[in-house]
Amino acid sequence: MAAVARRRRTAQHLVPYAFLAPAIVMFSLFLLAPIGYTAYLSLRKIKVEGLGLGRGSRKEVFAGLENYRQALGDAELWRGAGRVLVYGAILTPVMLGLALVFALLLDSPRIGLRRFSRISIFLPFAVPVVIASLLWGFLYLPSVSPGQHLMRGLGLPELDLLGPDLIVFALANIGIWGGVGFNMIVIYTALRAIPRELYESARIDGCSEFQVAVRVKIPIVVPALILTTIFSVIATLQVFSEPMTLRPLTNSLASTWSPIMKIYQDAFARNDIHSAAATSMVIALVTLVLSFGFLRLVQNRAFGAENQ
Amino acid sequence: MRSRLAAAAAVAVVGAGLVAGCSSSSDSPTETGGRVDLTFWAWVPNIEKVVDKWNAANPNIHVTVSKQAQGDELVTKVLTAAKGGSGVPDLVQVEYQALPTLVSNDVLADIAGEVGSAKDKFAEGLWQQVTLGTQAVYAVPQDAGPMMLYYRSDLFQQLGLSVPKTWDEFAATARTVRQKDPKRFLTTFSAADPGWFAGLSQQAGAKWWSINGETWTVAINDPATKKVADYWGGLVTEGAVDDQPMYTPEWNKALNDGTLIAWPSAVWAPGVLEGNAASTKGKWAMAPLPQWSSGESKTGNWGGSSTGVTDKAKDKKAAAKFALWLNTDPDATAQLVTEGGLYPASRDAQAGPALQKPPTFFPDQADFYTQAKAIADTAAGFTWGPNVNVAYTAYRDAFSKAITDKAPFGGAVDQMQEATISDMRKNGFKVG
Repeated sequence: MAAVARRRRTAQHLVPYAFLAPAIVMFSLFLLAPIGYTAYLSLRKIKVEGLGLGRGSRKEVFAGLENYRQALGDAELWRGAGRVLVYGAILTPVMLGLALVFALLLDSPRIGLRRFSRISIFLPFAVPVVIASLLWGFLYLPSVSPGQHLMRGLGLPELDLLGPDLIVFALANIGIWGGVGFNMIVIYTALRAIPRELYESARIDGCSEFQVAVRVKIPIVVPALILTTIFSVIATLQVFSEPMTLRPLTNSLASTWSPIMKIYQDAFARNDIHSAAATSMVIALVTLVLSFGFLRLVQNRAFGAENQ
Repeated sequence: MRSRLAAAAAVAVVGAGLVAGCSSSSDSPTETGGRVDLTFWAWVPNIEKVVDKWNAANPNIHVTVSKQAQGDELVTKVLTAAKGGSGVPDLVQVEYQALPTLVSNDVLADIAGEVGSAKDKFAEGLWQQVTLGTQAVYAVPQDAGPMMLYYRSDLFQQLGLSVPKTWDEFAATARTVRQKDPKRFLTTFSAADPGWFAGLSQQAGAKWWSINGETWTVAINDPATKKVADYWGGLVTEGAVDDQPMYTPEWNKALNDGTLIAWPSAVWAPGVLEGNAASTKGKWAMAPLPQWSSGESKTGNWGGSSTGVTDKAKDKKAAAKFALWLNTDPDATAQLVTEGGLYPASRDAQAGPALQKPPTFFPDQADFYTQAKAIADTAAGFTWGPNVNVAYTAYRDAFSKAITDKAPFGGAVDQMQEATISDMRKNGFKVG
């Protein structure tokens, strides 16, 4: 009797694992294993002998932390990180600011064409980044751009959007155009979840619509804002497709403009997957530290209520 | 012919599909009377039609074409497949500058025994590129890109210009164009096209890589290359030529509307002009590239590719036999010209029936291909190194920066040299 009960208990204990198994297997196969392999690769290097043209003149050997030393000591990687920081400093506040404003407007009671506006703001998110970059590339090039054509027609000075000074804005613009919609939906969904009674009591207390937005709605959607900020920071650190696609159009973008572009160069132009693996590990670590650091910083403010 | 934008779009989906299967064996099945199936990675349009002909005539050596992306992406894919150890094709189309990289990674087999006797069928400069200056032969030359000057004959006439025969005259012409019509440029210097600059440097006598015994010599900043760089740097700084990259929508428009009126390019340029500047049909003419000293006749190569046999090929002899047939047989090369639109490397094919008529985009230049053959014979030889991609990336970065910073181009060449040599040293190559 007792044995049967114990057996049943053991079986019950195993049930959750059975449900978890597919996720755990997938996670290990497609995330943990590649990360482990990357770590392994980052500790090795290719050693060529002589001309490197004979049979077997290329050997893979253990390199220790050499690849990491080189990655961290590479000034170009840090310059790339600096450029990406400037890019992120433009992109993140503008994109999230716009997303918040649009979400609040859509949520306010007196707004027409709600569904249409929501879809048209969201639509750019559905355009793949490479396509978006190609489209914007056409719009930036002076002689094929309708905008520049208009400027010339009005006698205004032409803006060299692909020049060295404005290129970072041109890139950030593509990110903003594509990203506002997604972030707006996240914030808007959070807004819809707020009980309507809160607004009512705020209005009875004499709040205007603007005050309701600033004093009731925004504080309540702070967790959603934090989530979107973390996503944006991660996306910023990994910016690749936009500069890679615009690069052939301009002299202002180096092949190592962003850290991920440098990894791509190392792996596929220099054919050195080992140093690329080391740089990848470094960037993954920095991303992790930044995301968790930010989360830590704002945790009490955002999730304090839940922890109590 | 080449679409930079499409290539850029494709970088986002880098990922080499590893196809499983295919074991390698050293004995030749054809010699024992069996049938062998070979796979061939290539990008020439319609090449499968040429291969069909081979298959009909050679039932024992069946070749299957697998269409691939052009150039660097294919190199990456082959390297990845070789590293994975499976899915490597038996034959592969390789651009000349990628040969040393593939040889250095043990991807290509030495087929000197099978194809060495074909040496005389090709211009010396091309043959050198498939031997890397050694006793081995790593591929059979397929097509060539001898460089020449293309110009808008109608606009040259309208502006009262004569075709420049030397680079001094070219510079003077560039200045005249600016004076007569400030909206136009003679041409543009493109920091995005290292192959173009390499071809121009070859003409000046540059030797970027060379092999002495067991040591590489790297001399990208040799006097010849410096001369070319300083020349173009001067023209860009004084505003005599434009400084925007080629193969952009902007460039297409400039070719179409006559903002750019000349283009130092290669023999395949008519196809590019037809695709990118369709409205200018019949308005272009071709002349030899301007020379560094009057009376000389030299040129370089921009582009061109070869057919290599991989080290893992199931039957190297059979594969080499096919590679030789594809690039020397009169019918095969003629079909590569008419169906694939390439300029053949084989001397006989250059004078063959398929090249009697001028390109359709150049209806008025009846002797286009007679001239082209004469120019092709003057192409300088060149040895490519094992890390051309590094030098090419350095070219793009250093020259772009020199243009935006308005700095002299000589420094950019030094940066190419520095990046290339330090990459080789880091990997352990013996560099003198």
